[in-house]
Amino acid sequence: MLAATFADFMQQVVSGLASGGIYAALALALVIIHRSTGVINFSQGEMATLCTYIAWTLIVNHGWSYWPAFAATLAFSFAFGVVTHRVVIRPVERGNLLRVVIVTIGLLIAINGFVVWQWSGEPQALRSPFGTDTIDIGGVVISWQDVGTILVTLGIVILLWLLFQFTKIGLALRAAAVNPTEARLVGVRVTWMLALGWGLAAVLGAVAGMLTAPSVGLDPQMMQPILIYAFAAAVLGGIDSPFGAVVGGLALGVLLNVIGVYVDFVGAELKLPVALLVILVVLLVRPSGIFGHPEVKRV
Amino acid sequence: MTNLLELDDVQARYGAVQALHGVSLTVNEGEVVSVLGANGAGKTTTLRAISGTVSRSGTIELFGKTLKGGPEAAARAGVAHVPEGRGTFVELTVEENLRLGAYTRRDRTVKDDIKRVSEYFPWMLERGGQRAGTLSGGEQQMLALARALMSRPRLLLLDEPSLGLAPMIVREFFRTVLHLNENEGLTVLVVEQDARIALASSSRAYVLEVGRVALTGSSADLQGDESIRRSYLGY
Repeated sequence: MLAATFADFMQQVVSGLASGGIYAALALALVIIHRSTGVINFSQGEMATLCTYIAWTLIVNHGWSYWPAFAATLAFSFAFGVVTHRVVIRPVERGNLLRVVIVTIGLLIAINGFVVWQWSGEPQALRSPFGTDTIDIGGVVISWQDVGTILVTLGIVILLWLLFQFTKIGLALRAAAVNPTEARLVGVRVTWMLALGWGLAAVLGAVAGMLTAPSVGLDPQMMQPILIYAFAAAVLGGIDSPFGAVVGGLALGVLLNVIGVYVDFVGAELKLPVALLVILVVLLVRPSGIFGHPEVKRV
Repeated sequence: MTNLLELDDVQARYGAVQALHGVSLTVNEGEVVSVLGANGAGKTTTLRAISGTVSRSGTIELFGKTLKGGPEAAARAGVAHVPEGRGTFVELTVEENLRLGAYTRRDRTVKDDIKRVSEYFPWMLERGGQRAGTLSGGEQQMLALARALMSRPRLLLLDEPSLGLAPMIVREFFRTVLHLNENEGLTVLVVEQDARIALASSSRAYVLEVGRVALTGSSADLQGDESIRRSYLGY
């Protein structure tokens, strides 16, 4: 009895980690853009939805197999992110940050409108590359979809970490984010670094979108709740901490899943308000998040 | 001697406020030249005009080639600008700061250069993993200098390196700069509030007053003239 309860619990934890990996990927995208451009990109979720539709079109309409379509979608999303920054964000980047925020909200509406116009609001099915089988590890039944989701998100996070930590371009990306004035003095082309950041964020979003679609179905509103979870994850971990975004995403995924199953009155419908509660509590108790540095203003 | 840097009638402004009203100066290869003057005389703006961090007019030539564009272009042309207030990436480590110094270079000798530059600052090798923000003010200033050297600059611009540092540290800093000038032929244009140490370290000096060159001459002459010292240099 106890063993069965424990196995049940572990199952919830693993499937929480899978959704948490998706939140983490999108939260990381938010953090990358916040660190460099200084705003929350409200259109991050819609950009991800658009990229997922591209993958769906390649697979369903053009008969591509999954992984080539996955790779092509990542390439597309990178270019999409770069172009979005160059064409839409950069012209308003100087001056008031509120202008950029409003532009990202405008982008949200525009991309959503484009997706509905192009692909209609009908939900579509994107099949999982991991199949529908499950494995049984000591009584804990785990779906390959969850395992694959966890592995892919972890893989992409590790790749990004390697890029930021060990390459010249990664160092320049970080320098441009923490001190753009100084970065220009050593010769870093800061506006291009910001565009690259937008490209990488769009790639993370595309990964999140493609991993979300098989379980919830592809429709134009698919990423909207995920974006709220990603906000909560980023705020929880610290909006300026990439590491915090990943930990925050995984923690939130597990928390929401476990609460949804074990706390009677919460259930699946109340997950979103719980995420909002997390945002509220963190902002009240520790505004910089768990791994963020409190903002110090020098007078 | 060749003219390494030549400014001719350079004007610069911050929005509606004109900060430079036509500054002309030259720096020869291998020289240390100082720019002196009171607060608001345009010393910092002169350096900013050279590195392209302020909008400017007039001509600025490096080895006879006009410097155009922003600071990225100046960095690529060989200008290393150490701005006022250290100018290190405090969130990054000492080693990352040094690697960023070599950002514009395409060769693969960065590791060797870190070693070479660290010979002047032995502590830097051992503390490569330390975050720059945790260094003392003097160490950060040294790191800013070391980072500038990593780019193998043709011209080093130093803005108020003495600011907020203890006199002993300031002397050590200038000793290192002179050492680099002698050993490596490094050309330096230094802006200083502390006229005494600047004149002692440079061969020529320009004194600015409200955005114009008020007087210029060899550092020894300026040091020797008591009325100049009293009215312009405040000591």
